Amino acid sequence: MNQAQFIHAHEQQWLILEVLLNPQLKQELTQELTQESKKHWFKAWHKKRSGRKKKITPTSPNEEKIMALSPALIIKADFPDLYRDVCQHLSLAQSRRYSPYLIERLSFLIDRAHQVFYRPGHIHGQSAAGSLLTFFTRIFPQTVRNESHWLWLSSAVFYLPLLLMIVLIQLWPEFVYSVMSPDTVAGMEAMYDPQAEHIGRERGSDSDSKMFGFYIFNNTGIGFRTFATGLLFGIGSLFTLMFNGLHIGAAAGHLTQIGYGGTFWPFVSGHSAMELTAIALSGAAGLKLGFSLLIPGRKSRYQAMLDAAKISVKIMAGAALMFFIAAFIEAFWSSSQSIAANIKYIVGIAMWLIVFSYFAFAGQQQENSLNVKKSEQENSLNGKKMDES
Amino acid sequence: MSLVGNTIENAGPEMLDTVKIAETPEGVALKLTCVSFYARSIAWMIDALIQGAVIILLLFVLPGLGDFGMGLLFIVMFFLHWLYPVFFEVYFQGQTPGKKLMKIQVLLIDGTMVNWGASLLRNLLRTVDFLPFFYALGVVTMLMSRDFRRLGDLAANTIVVYKRELKEKIISQQDAVEAAVYAPKVALTGKEQQTIISYAERRNDFSPERAEELALLAIPLMDNLPVPNQQRANNQPAELASQGSERLLGIAAYLMGRR
Repeated sequence: MNQAQFIHAHEQQWLILEVLLNPQLKQELTQELTQESKKHWFKAWHKKRSGRKKKITPTSPNEEKIMALSPALIIKADFPDLYRDVCQHLSLAQSRRYSPYLIERLSFLIDRAHQVFYRPGHIHGQSAAGSLLTFFTRIFPQTVRNESHWLWLSSAVFYLPLLLMIVLIQLWPEFVYSVMSPDTVAGMEAMYDPQAEHIGRERGSDSDSKMFGFYIFNNTGIGFRTFATGLLFGIGSLFTLMFNGLHIGAAAGHLTQIGYGGTFWPFVSGHSAMELTAIALSGAAGLKLGFSLLIPGRKSRYQAMLDAAKISVKIMAGAALMFFIAAFIEAFWSSSQSIAANIKYIVGIAMWLIVFSYFAFAGQQQENSLNVKKSEQENSLNGKKMDES
Repeated sequence: MSLVGNTIENAGPEMLDTVKIAETPEGVALKLTCVSFYARSIAWMIDALIQGAVIILLLFVLPGLGDFGMGLLFIVMFFLHWLYPVFFEVYFQGQTPGKKLMKIQVLLIDGTMVNWGASLLRNLLRTVDFLPFFYALGVVTMLMSRDFRRLGDLAANTIVVYKRELKEKIISQQDAVEAAVYAPKVALTGKEQQTIISYAERRNDFSPERAEELALLAIPLMDNLPVPNQQRANNQPAELASQGSERLLGIAAYLMGRR
């Protein structure tokens, strides 16, 4: 078969594939055959809108040939089949040494089709919102459960200095100045002074929305940095965790010691569960990333890091949402002065219980059924092996 | 990004090149042309300018809305700083506006589109690439790695490549070789055949003199052609001037299957 015959035999398939790669063009070309879909109000509205626009022209120089394709062929076309056929055409064209320009045309087509065919997607038939829901109801808590040893480690690095600092400052009050400058301490005292009009970061409740934005910007940013610097063999995460632990501990210890605990503890109780856990999770993700380079196990260091990164970024994405929730609580609930301290304590404890049970139980059913399936498969495999032997 | 013409033939000693080859499950070899540090930094600068411009614009508008506006400003700053590249990379074929202007895109190492996880990862790890000052670590890693990947790219297994574009003339010239078909005197290897076909397809890019000059390199393939013995093209009579290229086009037509 010479090149002209080859092109003649297969060009239609190439053109159809080209149309399938361009959804707008496909819609344009198959409009007449899909008139019934007009009944659906959304599609009708969409069509109205797209009708106003200029006619979409194909982007390739084969415009005329594409326009001449029959809509029935396009609707009937099966993308995976077509893609594999054209892959084969490309191989043929290469091995038969057809013209480089033909090969270029086919390879360009395959190039785009390959990206569409292997597009990372949602689970089949699931919308973006659906996969987001799956992520937070199942994947995120499951991942954290699987990686709980990193969470324990980062919690230790974070909470131990925090508690130590609180205790030390009760014994030696001046110890606070070892981690904070006198100015910072004075500013902090002014914020939580029970005689002051506003508690918590000197402001009135009208600036809640401003503080909401600020907490998102600042706290989530800290979380992201805690995670990212973990790539440096975990050093960055360890440092940030410890630093934040010492600082928060110093603040809490000092304010309690000078008798401002009555304003400080109710303020922080509401968002503490979300915020502290989110920091610990960011640290855990960073530590996992960094330690994969230090202790790669049976993998190469790079492979271990790749695998760890895939998992830790999931933890970080979940932690980001927790930072958002914490920011919301801190800005709109914690700062409210009309709510009694006891109620704030109760809500705070409830939040801790919610966070704890979320990570302990969410998505466990699916996990178990998955495990059961796996073990069933293994059993059946083993059974087969036994039979064979 | 493009495909390798013929992997087996090109599998010589590894060339000092910025090309990375990824193979698809169908056995097609994808050629990824890695983007150097220079083009990437220009793209980054364009993005930084866009981000800066948006923030400056909002600085004029939002404080007018009071504290609510300030809160909004902080949130916009957060999303611009951390998620702007992620959004564009996931929804616009791996291209932020800056990358689009530079005609480059982010892909996974196997040549497929970048996904949420990989994009988020490579952009969060920007923080490390930025250390200790102004992307110093990122630049060092980029220059040290074979495919110009910074730490974020290495961890997310992504690569920044030139987005492939199809030139229009490729199609229009495809079957336009119109010369008297002429069988070559000797059997040609695959590479030689491809060279001659390439010549035929690119002949309109040369001046006639240059086309003739190139064609005469292949004189052993053509018998009966009066060899221009020390003659220069401008001394020849006009009808002889393009004889060599005509003949070579004939061979190309033969190789492309015309008889």
